[in-house]
Amino acid sequence: MSILPQLAFVLILGVAGFFLSKRIQFLRRNILLGKAETRNDQPKNRWKAMLLIALGQQKMFKRLVPAFLHLLIYVGFLVINLEVLEFVLDGILGTHRLFAPFLGGVYTVAINVFEFLAVAVLVSCVAFLVRRNVMRVERFTKLELKGWPAMDANVILVIEIILMFAILTMNATDQILASRGDTRYLALDPLFFSSFFQPLFEGFSRGALVAIERFTWWFHIVGILVFSVYVTYSKHLHIFLAFPNTWYSNLKPKGEMENMPVVTNEVNIMLGIPIESPSNAPVEIGRFGAKDINDLNWINVLNAYSCTECGRCTSECPANLTGKKLSPRKIMMDVRDRAEEVGKSIDVGGLGLADGKSLLGDYITKEEINACTSCNACVEACPINIDPLSIILQMRRYVAMEESGTPAQWNAMFQNMETSFSPWKFSPSDRFNWADQVKEEEMK
Amino acid sequence: MSTYTVPTMAEMAANAQLPEVLFWVGCAGSFDERYKAVTQAFVKILNKVGVSFAVLGPEEACSGDPARRAGNEFLFQMQAGANIQVMNGYKVKKVVTACPHCFNTIKNEYPALGGNYEVVHHSEFLQQLINEGKVRLQGGGEFKGKKITFHDSCYLGRANEVYEAPREVIKALDVELVEMKRCRTKGLCCGAGGAQMFKEPEAGQKDINIERTEEALATGAQAIAVGCPFCLTMMTDGVKNKNKEAEVKVYDLAEMIAKDMGI
Repeated sequence: MSILPQLAFVLILGVAGFFLSKRIQFLRRNILLGKAETRNDQPKNRWKAMLLIALGQQKMFKRLVPAFLHLLIYVGFLVINLEVLEFVLDGILGTHRLFAPFLGGVYTVAINVFEFLAVAVLVSCVAFLVRRNVMRVERFTKLELKGWPAMDANVILVIEIILMFAILTMNATDQILASRGDTRYLALDPLFFSSFFQPLFEGFSRGALVAIERFTWWFHIVGILVFSVYVTYSKHLHIFLAFPNTWYSNLKPKGEMENMPVVTNEVNIMLGIPIESPSNAPVEIGRFGAKDINDLNWINVLNAYSCTECGRCTSECPANLTGKKLSPRKIMMDVRDRAEEVGKSIDVGGLGLADGKSLLGDYITKEEINACTSCNACVEACPINIDPLSIILQMRRYVAMEESGTPAQWNAMFQNMETSFSPWKFSPSDRFNWADQVKEEEMK
Repeated sequence: MSTYTVPTMAEMAANAQLPEVLFWVGCAGSFDERYKAVTQAFVKILNKVGVSFAVLGPEEACSGDPARRAGNEFLFQMQAGANIQVMNGYKVKKVVTACPHCFNTIKNEYPALGGNYEVVHHSEFLQQLINEGKVRLQGGGEFKGKKITFHDSCYLGRANEVYEAPREVIKALDVELVEMKRCRTKGLCCGAGGAQMFKEPEAGQKDINIERTEEALATGAQAIAVGCPFCLTMMTDGVKNKNKEAEVKVYDLAEMIAKDMGI
């Protein structure tokens, strides 16, 4: 047998590996454009979050129908990848169904399971295409999904469908060849799902069957390699990043806003409180709040790259529900788009962050961030614990403290608080007046 | 017969006394015409039960929540710093408040600034009093058998995962608690959080409190129970907007308990 296919296979594997590693470096660098942030406390709870939420899909099940369909694709992805291991080894070694002799009857069972999952993935992908394009589920028709994001979602679903067809066609032709006594093909016990495809190819010549079998084999494995590179350009990155993303979840109470120690030092000086340990003081005072991605922390940017644009956040956002421009999903997409823009610019020796653009202003408007009620519905809704609120609040800090650009009514509220220690304009000396009446009342 | 008392921390300290719990009234509780009734109701309950409490009175300042959420960290920390100085000065250990925003800020955000207290929301406090038998409900009060829905406040619910305490308090009134379509972790905001209380909403098709009020009215409830001054305002406005104020009342939990106790 010619060694050419093996060489070609190793070459393709190498090229895919090369591109993939380039892309991983690009993504890693982009994520690390965000500020340093250490979030390694409570490792037990972090592993638990990752196991339950990423591996266990816990939060997906807040919506049963998509959760079930997604679970089929997810399990299919995990399990069918076991078969990819055989594909890769067969490709390198020039063997065919390498594992079959070792596993005996178990092998047929395994292939039947893979076929079942392939069909399940296929059905789910079709259902998802219908939800997006025919039923037009509301969260998939929002403004921020127009164009590439909607296309991206459809491309992924179509690729998955074709890959699953390839695997079923391959098994069908493979088994016809085996049944005709071709010794290079191994007769397995009946394969339930692909046997339905066999009648399509029964009349084919041996040559045609071999061609189809080989073509689908190559198509499947090369398709998977291409897909793995495509994923790095796509919202589909969540299949990998959901894991680190949930590990780095915010484990604090959702209502807690992160303290700004830089401000604490200054306020303590103003209030005449001695600063406890000067070593805690940061070396340089950067920008207050966030204007661009490098003002956010790297976990914020990781969040953006992990987002698969499902829109559960946006569909539960009270501002979005009532027609305001704010969409938490768009916030995440904007962070990612800006990180991509800066990363690409740096790679071609461009201006990078100094390109005169910024996340706030060129991507996200004040109108959007001002509409947020900080209700945490988006954070709660996210199946992988992405935190759009953290980003919104950091941008509000920038607007308030660097630009003094908050809405006039908020400025008035600030003024009231400064002068009378209440957001409303009341005299501080009247604060206790509510008790006058009750203190006169007879206790019943 | 004696009158209700509202001791301040300053008065207590002058007598070398330390109350068990500081009742943090909050700005709405101090100044908002409608919400003052809630403060008074809660103080009456505390009196009736004999809880050792005090308030800061004129020494209290805004917790700083709206300033922080609107982005003004300096102003927030000025308020928080001053409050912490006062509270630490009085050696405050435990705080109870009827405002989820103050509750969240003092509980979760003051520790980083040197203010460490046990902080409970009044719904949790009331639940405990009921469980301990200290608040004895008559059960035949004006709410008996009525349909009541509870609106989850974001800063109580999602922010701090207090979902059951307010519901337990309502159930103790022998009422029929009905849930809105969006409740607990999925509860819809009233529209006032994140400093929205202090400005007009951005342009949209609808105000958030109207959306939420429609949901509350759809349950057929005769009263909407809340545990937050901002929610109380927003829901009351929503009910008015729908011309339902004669049929559907909006109450704070403490008011309902006080009413049932006949105080």
